[in-house]
Amino acid sequence: MIDILRSEWTKIRSVRSTVWTLAVTAALMVGLSALLTGSMKSTADGPVNAEQAIAGSLLGIMFAQLAMATLGVLVISSEYRTGGIRTSLMAVPQRLRLLTGKILVFTATSLVVSAVASAAALGVGLAITQPPSLPTNDVLMAVLGATLYLTACGLFGLGLGTLVRHTPGAVVAAIALMLVLPQVATQLPGAWGQRIAEYFTTNAGLLLVGQSNSETLGPWSGFGVYLIWVAVAMIAGAVLLRRRDA
Amino acid sequence: MTAIRATNLSKRYGGTAAVADLSFDVEPGRVTGFLGPNGAGKSTTMRMILGLDRPSGGSVLVDGRPYAELRHPLRKVGALLDAKAVHGGRSAHNHLLAIAQSNGIPAGRVREVLEIVGLREVAKRRVGGFSLGMAQRLGIAAALLGDPEILLFDEPVNGLDPDGILWIRTLMRKLAAEGRTVFVSSHLMSEMAQTADHLIVIGKGRLIADTSVQEFIGRSSQGYVRVRSPRLAEVAELVKVGELHPDHLRVTAMSTLEIGALTARAGIPLEELTFVQPSLEAAYMELTKDSLEFSA
Ligand SMILES: Nc1ncnc2c1ncn2[C@@H]1O[C@H](COP(=O)(O)OP(=O)(O)O)[C@@H](O)[C@H]1O
Ligand SMILES: [Mg+2]
Repeated sequence: MIDILRSEWTKIRSVRSTVWTLAVTAALMVGLSALLTGSMKSTADGPVNAEQAIAGSLLGIMFAQLAMATLGVLVISSEYRTGGIRTSLMAVPQRLRLLTGKILVFTATSLVVSAVASAAALGVGLAITQPPSLPTNDVLMAVLGATLYLTACGLFGLGLGTLVRHTPGAVVAAIALMLVLPQVATQLPGAWGQRIAEYFTTNAGLLLVGQSNSETLGPWSGFGVYLIWVAVAMIAGAVLLRRRDA
Repeated sequence: MTAIRATNLSKRYGGTAAVADLSFDVEPGRVTGFLGPNGAGKSTTMRMILGLDRPSGGSVLVDGRPYAELRHPLRKVGALLDAKAVHGGRSAHNHLLAIAQSNGIPAGRVREVLEIVGLREVAKRRVGGFSLGMAQRLGIAAALLGDPEILLFDEPVNGLDPDGILWIRTLMRKLAAEGRTVFVSSHLMSEMAQTADHLIVIGKGRLIADTSVQEFIGRSSQGYVRVRSPRLAEVAELVKVGELHPDHLRVTAMSTLEIGALTARAGIPLEELTFVQPSLEAAYMELTKDSLEFSA
């Protein structure tokens, strides 16, 4: 397995577009944090409290989640586009081992980049807003939550990419499942409609970063629900990867 | 041991049978040409050998095992399928490095194969800017990475200039001379005639011939003697067995010596008396004629 991890790491780091996407994602998070907390500070009557400051600092996550999902898609769909997937499968014919290698390397990369980006965004946002009191626990929880959430989004993309195999198709699927349908679901009528909306992909996942509301789910249970969505996409992709011709 | 053994191998895509009940062995120490018109099923067969496509029926074993069961497959089998199937954003070196690492091949080997294929100078350049000839060399470098005993090349000379073609031909002969198994596909008989020792010919996914190159020529059509003379009609009457064409006589049942002696005795002057060797291309056309007619 270590061989496969080395190989996948070389693949990720040696393509400029991946490195750029990661850098832009991080820059976006920090930039938006500065922008939003800046306007927050200037329009607020009194001091900005810690909760608002943290939420404002991390609002960039709404963009970053799509960037990470796209990157996850590209980890595998770019190999289908170029035909390089055949080279990869000739080298590692046990297909699930290859997919596992991709998942592990992408997860590690995403955890590191997301942690750095989230911490930087929070640092900038908190420096600008200067909240009177700042519970360390809340700050750490925000960084941890954002890191895990963004990585889960990336893995969602990787699962969809494996399933769809086609970059534009998989990115559209990701946007639909992560942005459009969660919004549509909130319009569903009745108690059941509300329940469905709360459990729908990012509506549940964003509970971990405090950017969503729910009556039945807490931050961690919400994130757990999101991980089930991610796992379903990944398992469906894995089953097809095993079964289909390359 | 037989390097590659296909047994009743079949592949259907929807309604089309790309490969049908194909059985053959590929042996080490020689270049085996895999010949057939476009759409005959050569690439499909190669993908099944490499575990990329799943056979609809039958099986194919590499060194006695299904490809997917090989531990570090690239150390046993190297293959070039489609030279352009690389990520254009990666440098040649990194492209090969990722492949090498996946099979526990030391990074130093990357430099060696780049040297062998003559790409050392451009190792750091992104492969997106490579010409087809360079991409082909890169694909061959990847195939050679694991120093494999079995090599598969799918139409390796397509789109290459004469220098490149000669280079690949020489390389394949050298690899076979080292005792390796070389299995190379082409839709051009002339190409195979210059490279292969043995031929597996398919048409419409079915086996047409599995023979040595020499046998293949002999079996499909014989040569004939072409005679031209100002008094052609008289010659035709004399040899009896000829086939009269407007400007020449075609004789299959007699040698040049016999015809020459006969016409000399009758005092008939000759313009031409030649034995015409059937071209490989003609032999191949004749053999695959049926499979082409069907697909037309
Ligand atoms: N992935 C595929 N899906 C559907 N049909 C295919 C596929 N691959 C090959 N074919 C068909 O199978 C036949 C054999 O193709 P191929 O193996 O590429 O032939 P060759 O390499 O000898 O030119 C052709 O009729 C081709 O159209
Ligand atoms: Mg082909």
